[in-house]
Amino acid sequence: MKLTLKIWRQANANAKGKMVTYPLDGIDGDMSFLEMMDILNEELITKGEEPVEFDHDCREGICGSCNMMINGKPHGPQKLTTTCQLHMRKFNDGDTITIEPWRAAAFPVIKDLIVDRTAFDRIQQAGGYVSVNTSGNTQDANSIPIEKAKADEAFHSATCIGCGACVAACKNASAMLFTSAKVSQYSLLPQGEVEATTRVQNMVRQMDLEGFGNCTNTGACMIECPKGIKLENITRMNREYLKAETIG
Amino acid sequence: MSALVKSSLARKWVMALSGLFLVIFLTQHFVINITSVISPDTFNEWSHFMGYNPLVQFVAQPILIAGLIVHFAMGIILDFQNRKARPIKYANYAGGTNASWVSRNMIITGLVVLAFLGLHMYDFWVHEMTVKYIDVQPEDPTRYFHELQAKFVSPIRVGIYVVSFILLAMHLWHGFNSSFQSMGAKAINKGDGLRKFTYAWAVLIPAGFIFIALFHHFTHTH
Ligand code: SF4
Ligand code: FES
Repeated sequence: MKLTLKIWRQANANAKGKMVTYPLDGIDGDMSFLEMMDILNEELITKGEEPVEFDHDCREGICGSCNMMINGKPHGPQKLTTTCQLHMRKFNDGDTITIEPWRAAAFPVIKDLIVDRTAFDRIQQAGGYVSVNTSGNTQDANSIPIEKAKADEAFHSATCIGCGACVAACKNASAMLFTSAKVSQYSLLPQGEVEATTRVQNMVRQMDLEGFGNCTNTGACMIECPKGIKLENITRMNREYLKAETIG
Repeated sequence: MSALVKSSLARKWVMALSGLFLVIFLTQHFVINITSVISPDTFNEWSHFMGYNPLVQFVAQPILIAGLIVHFAMGIILDFQNRKARPIKYANYAGGTNASWVSRNMIITGLVVLAFLGLHMYDFWVHEMTVKYIDVQPEDPTRYFHELQAKFVSPIRVGIYVVSFILLAMHLWHGFNSSFQSMGAKAINKGDGLRKFTYAWAVLIPAGFIFIALFHHFTHTH
C-alpha cells in the first residue's frame, strides 16, 4: 500500500519542530506500524537524511516505550493495542497518517517522536513500592492469603506499562490514570496497606509537581489505555487521598 | 491538611462539593417554581417566604452566592491550569472519539450558564433588592406570580431561557455524576443506580424549568 505520512520532526529539545510530509510505498498489511517506520527510516538513511527518532524496545506490547499519537489517537486506531502491536492492515491504501509525539508540559520532546517520560519514574519513586526488610529474614509474599478478587484487581492495575497514552489522550494532560493504577496495585494488597497513607500523599504530590493537568473525569484515558486500566483506579485514589489527608 | 488545599485532588473535591451544593439548590428552586404551574397562591406564599425570611435572606443566600463564586472561580482556574499542561497542541487530535463533547467542554456550557445567571440576577435579584431596599415598597405577598408571568411574555427571553437550560442540562449530565467520581464514590463506576439517577436528574430538572417557562409564555394573562 501507498501512504502519505505527516510526521513531527524536531532536531532536539530546544529546536522548533514542524510536521514534515513523507510519501511511502510498498507497505504490506502484515507489517507492524514500527516496521513501517523502519522502512521509512531506511529510505531516509539511504537518501542521506536523518531518520525519524522514535522509542521502542520490546515490540511486544509490554515495555510501554513505542509511544506515538497516530491520527489523533495514542497508539493509533486499535483498542487495547500498543503501537508496536498495531498492524498496517488497519490502514488503507492511499491513507494519510499523522504521527506526533505525546503532548504534555510534563513530557517534553527530546527529539522527533521521543518524549522525556521520567516524570512517571519520579511519581513511581515517590511511593510506588513496598518497603521490605532484606536483611535475610524476608517473609515469603505468598504466606499472606489474599482474596482472589482483590488479587485480580491489584494484578490488573499492575498491568499498566507506564506508556503515557492516558496523559496523551487526556484533554488536560492529566496523569491520574497512571498514578492511580500505581497506587492501586499496592493499596489493594495487605503488603501495601502499611504505607498506604504516605504512598498516596507522596505520589499525588509528585504528580502535581510534574505539571500534569487536573483530572476532569472525561474518561478518555481509560478508552485509550492499551492495557485497559479502569477509571475505578482514579475513583479509588480520590477516596484514598481524602482519607489520607483527613483521617490519616 | 495544607497539602489537601493545594493539591489537584482537593481542587476536584472543591468542584464536586460546590457543584453538589448547587444541585441541591437547583432542586429546591425547581420545587418552588413548579408550584407556579399548579397554584399561583402557593407560589406567592413560598416566594414571599423566601424573599422575607431572615434565615433565607441573610444565611442561605450568602452561602449560595459563595458556593456559586467558588464553583465558577475554581472551574476557570482549573481550565486555565489544564490548558497550561499542554502548551503545544496536537496537529491532529481525535478527542471526540474517546470522550463526550459535554465532558470536554464544561467550560463552555459553564460560561453560558454563568452569562444566564447574570441575566437572571438582573431580572429577579436586582429587582427584588430595588423593591425591598431602594424603593422600600410595602410588603405585597401577592406580587410574585404576576412578576413571574411578566418575565415570560417576550419570546426572545423565553428563547434565551430555553437555550440556557439545555446547556445547563449538558453541564449537569457530566458534572453531576462526575462529582461522585471525584469524591471517590464506588457506586459511580458500576454504571447503574447512582449513575442513572444523575443522568435522569440532569435531564428532568432543566426540562422542568423549560416546561414552566413555556407554560407561562403560552398561558400568561397580562
Ligand atoms: S494507565 Fe494505561 S495509558 Fe496510562 S501509562 Fe498505564 S498503560 Fe499507559
Ligand atoms: S515497543 Fe514495547 S510496548 Fe511497544
